[in-house]
Amino acid sequence: MTLTAANGGVLLAIVIMALTTYLTRAGGVFVMSRVPIGPRVERFINAMAGSVLVAVITPMAVNGDGGARMALIATAAVMLALRKPLPAITAGILTAALWRLVAS
Amino acid sequence: MSQPDTSRLTLGHLIEGFRRMAPLSLFVIVFGLAFGVAALQQGLSGLETLLMSGLVFAGAAQFATLELWSETIPLVPLVAITLAINARHLLMGAAFYPSLRDLPAGRRYASLILLSDANWAMAMGGGSRAARLGLLVGGGLALWTTWMIGTGLGVAFGSGIGDPERLGLDAIMGCFLLAMLVGDKRDLWVLLPWGAAALAALAAMAWLPPHVHVIIGALAGGLVGLLLPSRRQEETP
Repeated sequence: MTLTAANGGVLLAIVIMALTTYLTRAGGVFVMSRVPIGPRVERFINAMAGSVLVAVITPMAVNGDGGARMALIATAAVMLALRKPLPAITAGILTAALWRLVAS
Repeated sequence: MSQPDTSRLTLGHLIEGFRRMAPLSLFVIVFGLAFGVAALQQGLSGLETLLMSGLVFAGAAQFATLELWSETIPLVPLVAITLAINARHLLMGAAFYPSLRDLPAGRRYASLILLSDANWAMAMGGGSRAARLGLLVGGGLALWTTWMIGTGLGVAFGSGIGDPERLGLDAIMGCFLLAMLVGDKRDLWVLLPWGAAALAALAAMAWLPPHVHVIIGALAGGLVGLLLPSRRQEETP
């Protein structure tokens, strides 16, 4: 199945892509509203919530350069120390920039 | 989650969400700009690029499918890649469901229109149901607005920022999500599911098709959480 870009094909494809994305945003809630939530389901989604972020971040650390890795370490360290996101993120970005400045 | 939380979403909660997401949102302008430039180079018109950013609002999927947009657009890969990259939303939505449970269906599904990594991660740490909703929707509005501004700048002015990597800007999303993750930490037990999630994600990256590692990692972490001995949950304030 292909669309030709002419005659509104691009617009249709954009709408299809947008609907697909919205389905992913709403689908998890739709399923949960039909599943009885016992303590086991609650434990599962609680553990899964942080695990989503871990699974997003891990490849950044593994595939990233030294600057990206040091940025994550700096962010975690400042966050653990101060519990404030803004200083932690700022420290991460500065670390990445400085690391690359020195390393290159 | 044991006592019903009947706090109602107010304009104040939305503004608070918008305000707390504003610092990160400024950086989203850079990503939007990069996308606008890349989309024009791919042959999309400025209007089409803006429409895509506005309606799809999912940067990773938009970048990943960019090469599909040419004279003919293959729909199956377009939908498959979009689903694979955005499937993490399914799990994020499921985890957020307790905050939406008591809303009427219309509001519940409208609240999810702007769900994305950053505002979801921030919203999960909110203190009350109304605060969480405000962070999700207000934060989503902040991200959407700056994503559109960025896309517009990219479409209008082309490559404005020469080398975002040298400024460390590519690291910001990872740093933000990590800060949200660490701030959310309740006890050391979470390191077990998180470790499983990291290992499973790495294994999936090595051996499975692209883009499935987030789902595999999240499910692995959830399963380990399920198997852990039941313990008393600390009540969030």
